[in-house]
Amino acid sequence: MAAHSVEALLAKAEQEEAEKLRSIAVHKELDLEFDVGNLLACDKNRIESRDFREQKKEDFLRSLARDNTQLLINEIWKLPTERVEEAIVAKLPEPTTPLPREKPPPKPKPPTKWEQFAKLKGIQKKKKTNLVWDENAKEWRRRWGYKRANDDTKEWLIEVPETADPNEDQFAKRVKAKKERVAKNELNRLKNIARAQKVKVPGVGLTPTAQQSKDELVRAVSVAKTSTASVGRFQDRLPKEKAPKNTGKKRKFEPLIGDFSNEKQKQLELLKVMDSKKPKLDITKAVNKQMREEDREEASAKYKKGAGKKGRKGNMSGKGKGKGGKGKGGKAAGGGGGKKRSKPGKR
Amino acid sequence: MTQLDSVIKPKTKRSKRFLESRAPKLTEDVKSAMIMKGGNTSLTITQALKDLYSLRKPNAVLYKKKNITRPFEDSTSLEFFSKKTDCSLFLFGSHNKKRPNNLIFGRLFDFHVLDMIELGIEKYVSLSEIKASKCPEGTKPMLVFAGEAFDTDNEHKRLKSLLIDFFRGPTVSAVRLAGLEHVLHFTALDGKIFMRSYRCLLKKSGCRTPRIELEEIGPSFDFVLRRTHLASDDLYKLAHKQPKALKVKKKKNISHDAFGTKFGRVHMQKSDMSFLFSPLCIFPM
Repeated sequence: MAAHSVEALLAKAEQEEAEKLRSIAVHKELDLEFDVGNLLACDKNRIESRDFREQKKEDFLRSLARDNTQLLINEIWKLPTERVEEAIVAKLPEPTTPLPREKPPPKPKPPTKWEQFAKLKGIQKKKKTNLVWDENAKEWRRRWGYKRANDDTKEWLIEVPETADPNEDQFAKRVKAKKERVAKNELNRLKNIARAQKVKVPGVGLTPTAQQSKDELVRAVSVAKTSTASVGRFQDRLPKEKAPKNTGKKRKFEPLIGDFSNEKQKQLELLKVMDSKKPKLDITKAVNKQMREEDREEASAKYKKGAGKKGRKGNMSGKGKGKGGKGKGGKAAGGGGGKKRSKPGKR
Repeated sequence: MTQLDSVIKPKTKRSKRFLESRAPKLTEDVKSAMIMKGGNTSLTITQALKDLYSLRKPNAVLYKKKNITRPFEDSTSLEFFSKKTDCSLFLFGSHNKKRPNNLIFGRLFDFHVLDMIELGIEKYVSLSEIKASKCPEGTKPMLVFAGEAFDTDNEHKRLKSLLIDFFRGPTVSAVRLAGLEHVLHFTALDGKIFMRSYRCLLKKSGCRTPRIELEEIGPSFDFVLRRTHLASDDLYKLAHKQPKALKVKKKKNISHDAFGTKFGRVHMQKSDMSFLFSPLCIFPM
């Protein structure tokens, strides 16, 4: 009897367990695909439209969702767990679904000049403390930055060394040295960046950016104008457009203290020319030039008279001619003089 | 100069941190979404946008003003917005006679549009209409996709990837078992997509794994797929390129047996075996 009851009890317990187990088991034709790292489950089974229309939509969807979620939860519960601060936590694996990135992966930066040198020599980076003891202020101050320790530009008393000029401003000298160091650092930083980019940067204003200042635009326009076959001589200007500043030939000057022998040579030649009895001015050439100028002026006057009837156009051309004439005359005189000067040198 | 623009030296630590958070990284943070309205919107659309914003709460930006743009024709304003707010997902809602209750889900790569999919809302039940206790904000939801269309049709595949991107939360290494509450269920059937949002209750069952009971909370949508603008295959591949540093390094000379025994391989230099044949070495007879 007891044996029977024990058996009956065991059978009952087994049945109950089986029922409960059934409650988490879900029957599906095709297994779902799981990506537990993303808490994702994909059900590929066909959904019969007939079932869908038979039952009420929401109930059908809910039962489908329940089954799928049950399977997903079963998967998640298979993962290793650990206890973190009174909560049981399951460790998730890496997500397996490939998803696109937000931005392209970062390119490794090429090492800077110092980094290359340090690698070559085997210099390791030494970790430095943030604060340094400042003897004068008798407190801990930062190593660099605002109110740093041992700041030599902030001293109120500097002894003039014996070798230095007594009238020199030692304070200004220190401030200037600091500024030079800062500028040098900035230059090296930019050089490192330029080396990293490996791009030859064209002149300012030529490649368009979002915000361009007025002079950048003017410069860009002038560069575009002069990049024609005739170097911009026949490019029209807009009515209100101003001529660009800083154009024209750049004069190259010799450095002040450069080649001593060259300078001596030049000075001696000049003296020789001044001494010689020959006149610098070629009379015939000068007279010819003068005659040509007079002819030109007469022609422009005639044109002005004729164009006075026409009106504006004549005025413009008259002005242009006048300017051109003056410019040419000036140039001729200068050219002539210059030419004269060089001739004795050639001889 | 675009090159020199990015060479701005940050003057404060705060600006430096800001620039670093926007720079491309090896492992990326969670994507943020911007939710915006088009030229004309209906009540359904505004409610829907608000609900989706609350689903995505910490990593989403909801714009109040209307933006009169058409994403399918001109995406420059979208790209500009994404650059300003550093968001790579967007959701654009609009309403007109031709396309009523329109939602455009989209994502960007390197601040250029990658994919855009237009879904029309046919039926919508908002958060406020369903009276049930809601999940707390920011819980990582479980995503379930049902229906064979999500595996067979190309557009549906992209839509699936887009929805995963949109609705999964931040990537975490471990998850609290009791905190698995929120479930988003997407069903593709007859060209329509049904999205339901449930709260799962973990009931006792005989063994360790609990039994699930679902309770509907949250917005429920009946979507119909309209236009799509999918990225070309090579752009898509480029967007998936992972940096080499993230690749797992395989340990060489280690192999496992069927029984789980671990085998290692040791490489030695050639040793002198001549002592074996010398008179000192005695072989057993």
